[in-house]
Amino acid sequence: MRKRKLAGIFMSLMAAAGVIAGCSSSSSSGGGSDEGGEIKIGANLELSGGVASYGQSIKEGIDLALEEINKEGIDGKKIKLVTYDNKSEAPEAIAGATKLISQDKVAAIIGSATSGNTKAQIEIAQSNSTPLLTPTGTASDVTVKDGKLNDFVFRTCFIDPFQGTVAAQFAAQDLKVKTAAIFIDSSSDYSKGLADSFKEKFEAEGGKIVTQEAYVAKDTDFHSQLTNIKGKNPDFVFIPGYYEEVGLIVKQARELGLTVPLMGADGWDSPTLVDLAGKEALNNTFITNHYSSGDDDAKVQEFVKAFKAKYKDKSPDAFNALGYDSAYFIADAIKRAGSSDPKKIQKALAETDGLELVTGVMKLDKNHDPIKSAVILEYNDGEQQFKSKVDPE
Amino acid sequence: MEQFIQQLVNGISLGSIYALIALGYTMVYGIVKLINFAHGDVFMVGAFIGFYSITILDLGFFPALLISMAACAIFGVLIERIAYKPLRNATRIAALITAIGVSLFIEYGTIYLRGAQPEAYPNDAVPLKSIELFGVKISGQSILILAVSIILMIVLQFIVHKTKIGKAMRAVSHDMDAARLMGINVNNTISATFAIGSALAGAAGVIFGMYYTKIDPLMGIIPGLKAFVAAVLGGIGMIPGAMVGGLLLGVIEALVSAVGGSLWRDAVAFVVLILILIFRPAGLFGKNVREKV
Repeated sequence: MRKRKLAGIFMSLMAAAGVIAGCSSSSSSGGGSDEGGEIKIGANLELSGGVASYGQSIKEGIDLALEEINKEGIDGKKIKLVTYDNKSEAPEAIAGATKLISQDKVAAIIGSATSGNTKAQIEIAQSNSTPLLTPTGTASDVTVKDGKLNDFVFRTCFIDPFQGTVAAQFAAQDLKVKTAAIFIDSSSDYSKGLADSFKEKFEAEGGKIVTQEAYVAKDTDFHSQLTNIKGKNPDFVFIPGYYEEVGLIVKQARELGLTVPLMGADGWDSPTLVDLAGKEALNNTFITNHYSSGDDDAKVQEFVKAFKAKYKDKSPDAFNALGYDSAYFIADAIKRAGSSDPKKIQKALAETDGLELVTGVMKLDKNHDPIKSAVILEYNDGEQQFKSKVDPE
Repeated sequence: MEQFIQQLVNGISLGSIYALIALGYTMVYGIVKLINFAHGDVFMVGAFIGFYSITILDLGFFPALLISMAACAIFGVLIERIAYKPLRNATRIAALITAIGVSLFIEYGTIYLRGAQPEAYPNDAVPLKSIELFGVKISGQSILILAVSIILMIVLQFIVHKTKIGKAMRAVSHDMDAARLMGINVNNTISATFAIGSALAGAAGVIFGMYYTKIDPLMGIIPGLKAFVAAVLGGIGMIPGAMVGGLLLGVIEALVSAVGGSLWRDAVAFVVLILILIFRPAGLFGKNVREKV
């Protein structure tokens, strides 16, 4: 009991110290860092802990990009990366952002991989007027909170609902299906968001949603809902869920004789999906994703080549690509700002239009959400194959 | 119509898994008046033993099923001897709380040993084609589940009614003290009950893995609770009751989903429990036994 009390006091002291540190730094912000021809950029990433693989992949991408950028430098200056490991925890992400801004005086922060850890840093970035760029935080409320724009927060990836729109466009225009069913995870905002945007776009394309069924995460038996879906004879089923359930859904759907194309989004993207569903059941299924190493675009192939040369023939995934693009996104803004002043960089970031990146041509809308292309992948004997690239309309 | 039959098939497949688990609940309750909440976790352990037998030892479905049943039988007896036997004369609430403790111990012990990540049963362990019957697609696995469940239930009926140990079990469940006076070894009989019940749970675990592919250390919780509902529905302590209760619950769940209430499925299962407790506390097959004074 006593120990717990002491720990409590200690914690609150730490929190107070954090607040004070935050305050003191705000007075010195605005200067950025410009020491001896170097511009400091912070990286606040999940290098250990629960989602360590995300952070590590992003870091690999950033490292490769900075190596290339620093060959020439920006107006003769090199970019120096200051890395902070937030251990996949929001309190550590806050501590990291505070340290990067007040001690290291970085011009901008790249981080974090998850929307949750990024949201934890928004307050600090906003009050210190330092741009915060998340490579992979897809939740829509990262850049906009209660209808108000977080003007110093940016992201490199597109947002969740966009994938639903792309899937609907692909279903209606490429697969030419007329009727679709939707099967959602009713416990996930991600799933609901995708389903809503899919429905809106699919109906706008003249398609008809014949039925919508739901499950909750951790369910294992989907036969009943799938039997209902099959009874409505849809040409296509949209399943915006995560791979743990989707693997079972795909398997059970095929067992029940539901042979129509199935489609999902980046939540499917895991090797476990193939183990759960089986290679055969996954044929004739599609997903939307941020990027594919199989894309024949010259810019993508150049990146894949450079990445393989640096990382022992490893094929870059979407996290690598988005990390790489985040570094270029900031470097481009610094160049256009002609300064390492965080406020000028923020302005340049917001004005980005037509920047060519590996994951598509970047243009920001008024909510700081990128408008760029998504790729469609098809499963073929358990392997993802690049199918097409869909540009937003 | 086709759709309705398909839903019935779905329900019966699910229900036969519930029934296999419910049998263990009901047998143990019948003999020691204990709700063995660790039973769902024996089911989970059975699924993992089956999984490792298939993937590491490279065995087929039937050898894996037998290994899992044998291992679970031993495991069940161990649980009984270590956790429940010392409490046999303690209050029933003490034994119940211990059962919950054992359940948590098995769940998190498994996570400690192998981590919480799920495993996927290999898809090709049973190379069965699905068949079409009146336009209804029935997967080979559903038929296998049903066949194995029915065979195991018949074997159980045979053991309980035609063998000496079955006779002893029935005698102990009727009156433990009188049975002891008649020279029945009560401890061994109780252990045998746990062994048989746990073996059935182990078999259900392997079948579950075959049918639903994904297994994880917390997979036993919900099927365990549903099987408990099934046992109460049929009349706890009654072996035929557990079978009927399990199948009925599976079909009810499938039909609830069929009319569009898939998110209410779990709720309906427990509403059934509440209704049965209010209107027919002894269950569908239960006899109204007067309290002995």
